[in-house]
Amino acid sequence: MKAKIHVTLKQGILDPQGKAIEHALDSLGFKNTANMRVGKYMEVDVNETDRVKVDSQVKAMCEKLLANTVIEEYRYELQ
Amino acid sequence: MTIGVVVFPGSNCDHDCQYIFKDVLGQHVEMIWHKDTLSEGLDAIVLPGGFSYGDYLRTGAIARFSPVMDAVKEFANKGGPVIGICNGFQILLEAGLLPGVMLRNTSLNFICKDVYVKVENASTRFTNRCESGQVLKISIAHADGNYYTDPVTLAGIKANAQVIFRYCTAEGKVTSEVNPNGSLDNIAGIMNAEGNVLGLMPHPERSAESVLGNEDGRLIFLSMLESLKKPQLTGV
Repeated sequence: MKAKIHVTLKQGILDPQGKAIEHALDSLGFKNTANMRVGKYMEVDVNETDRVKVDSQVKAMCEKLLANTVIEEYRYELQ
Repeated sequence: MTIGVVVFPGSNCDHDCQYIFKDVLGQHVEMIWHKDTLSEGLDAIVLPGGFSYGDYLRTGAIARFSPVMDAVKEFANKGGPVIGICNGFQILLEAGLLPGVMLRNTSLNFICKDVYVKVENASTRFTNRCESGQVLKISIAHADGNYYTDPVTLAGIKANAQVIFRYCTAEGKVTSEVNPNGSLDNIAGIMNAEGNVLGLMPHPERSAESVLGNEDGRLIFLSMLESLKKPQLTGV
């Protein structure tokens, strides 16, 4: 089963990268853009077919390593 | 004294730390590869600066799972002194030995320069050779030194005098203009509640010898060595 994981900064956490990209978009002429946020996208194959097991495993991966839950939140889809 | 310097893949200030403790301060130094465990009889541990695991995922996020880190945690939990410098500080945060996280510098730039930091608490085992409010000139070199934590934790570490160093002017004024990286409350270094784990972004090992033009960083190492001689000076 494949897990597709998104890790993003929580609302209210300053995102300097997002700000810089937002300014660049503005310079490029995309004047109607705002609130650019940069996150991470990860994929991993889990050698297990039981969806419930994979779900708890991926959740543990996110909590322990893939996201720092002080500043980041995560969501994932299983396929 | 025997000082252990942990070497992660990507550490690049490990030999600077070794040099300062061994050649400048005359102590015995053991270099500890991250896959090894700690030998008996270490008096203190240094997690040096660098780019452990290429800063992949988040700074320090992967190094905290290095095999040696369980022993480092155990050493710290037993009250052994641990200093994390720059990337070492980031690893301590990810390992949960210190509260908070590091964000990217607000400027997005890697900043390498001398800065001034104010000693906010001079009665710790890492600052007992400093005066309270003393201004130290120490180098920084990082892209992720923007300290952040939630308001409750921040209030807690301030109330408990765990904020040890703050970025300031040469005269010791803490202002937003001299905050190099956007760090919350100009925080440059913090300590755990027990007073035996210090993390700081500035590099005292690069500012500890007169030939380098600056010896202020030496005070931090001398303080720690002093406290090891006098165990009653532990904690806050």
